[in-house]
Amino acid sequence: MGDFADAFEFMGSHLGLLVSKTGDHLVLSGAAVGVSLLIALPLGVWLGHLHRGSFLAVGASNIGRALPSLAVIAVGIGLLGIGFGNSMLVLVVLAVPIVLTNAYAAVDGVDRDVVEAARGMGMGPLQVLARVELPLAIPLIFAGVRTAVVYVIATATLAAIAGGGGLGDIIYNQASYGLPGVLAAAFWVAGLALLAELLLAALQRAVTPRGLRGAPGAAAAVGPSEGPRAEAVA
Amino acid sequence: MTGALAQSAPVIPDFGGGSDSCVRRNETFCWDWFSSHWGSTFQPALLQHIALTAIAVGVGLAIALAAALVAYRRVWLERPFTLLSALLYTIPSLALFQLLVPITGLTRLTAEIALVSYTLLILFRNIVTGLREVPDEVREAARGMGLTPLQMLWRVELPIAVPAIVAGLRIATVTVISLATVAAIVGVNEGLGVPILNAIPTTFNTEFIAAAVLTIGLALVADGLLLAAQRILTPWARRA
Repeated sequence: MGDFADAFEFMGSHLGLLVSKTGDHLVLSGAAVGVSLLIALPLGVWLGHLHRGSFLAVGASNIGRALPSLAVIAVGIGLLGIGFGNSMLVLVVLAVPIVLTNAYAAVDGVDRDVVEAARGMGMGPLQVLARVELPLAIPLIFAGVRTAVVYVIATATLAAIAGGGGLGDIIYNQASYGLPGVLAAAFWVAGLALLAELLLAALQRAVTPRGLRGAPGAAAAVGPSEGPRAEAVA
Repeated sequence: MTGALAQSAPVIPDFGGGSDSCVRRNETFCWDWFSSHWGSTFQPALLQHIALTAIAVGVGLAIALAAALVAYRRVWLERPFTLLSALLYTIPSLALFQLLVPITGLTRLTAEIALVSYTLLILFRNIVTGLREVPDEVREAARGMGLTPLQMLWRVELPIAVPAIVAGLRIATVTVISLATVAAIVGVNEGLGVPILNAIPTTFNTEFIAAAVLTIGLALVADGLLLAAQRILTPWARRA
């Protein structure tokens, strides 16, 4: 247990280091999540709107789930070398399937009767998308984003091996920082992931349209059709 | 003279393939090197990986099933169980492995505790949901036929919940196969993470591609086997 006491002492004496590594960690995670959203959100929403390409969405989720993050990072080092860009790209590869599958499933799963009714009221395809499908799909889309963010923050720790920087630098470098430093960084990363999860859960509640709050489906089983790391807390 | 040589040529460590030009040039995949190291490196690592996964999923299933059966009868327990398992699930794997090392050492136990903790949320939620989704008419009919609560659970409710339980098992298994590679980073010397980790400082392509492909292949095969098991366990669903 003395190791853990030393870890907290390390946090006190190396606060600046931890904060600056946290900054790097968040920049890497933020860049990876940003790129993933730019790729996966429009694609998933559009395919879901057309009810097409389910093989792509389901295939992405199956492959995404089977990809061990460490293996992807290792292959990334082999193909792309070491550095921030490679680490980010690897994180994007791991995050895109999660966001894509959820966005697709969310929009594709909107009640067809509701869409029919909206069309009957004279809405065009874009209006249906913007005013009916997206508001109804928001909770599930956001669940995918939230899962992806927490997954990327966790996996960015591993990306230190590929030269991505961040808190993984400390965990992976026991020779320089000693066991207290490694444990301190481990606590720090765990805290960061939990904080992100809680913040995003609150944000998810805030962006959910009032009529959908407390709707059934929040406790749905995590089936293979849902994202790799399906939503954590209902 | 030797110094100049060392500077001009990149250092390719000796992998025992001294005369193998493929290894010396570090090509994408050297089949000869792989087949000559299958018995000494990859087969044991693969078997360890399977053992790590099977134990983690087995223990996780036992714990989650027990917790789910309790939460199924005492509904108020569902939320605390979910929150606890979600907390464990959110902790990044590298951090959790690392935090366990001072307590349980660089042992298989360290790896298993962390891996089990990642299966709980998925399995618990799927089992509870599967049990809850048993139609009330079915339950009524079973009660009307005189089944005791235990018989009802064993012969009606659990079989109907099998698809949801297997769906959870598939996700849990694939997740564990993926995360078990991370155990090698903190120094637990088991599984397919070991060759991946060995290859990182040397950037020897064959070694990490072989280990990565074996990991992904193992995940796909395990997923397929569980799906097949579900088909066999639920013959009534095949007609639909």
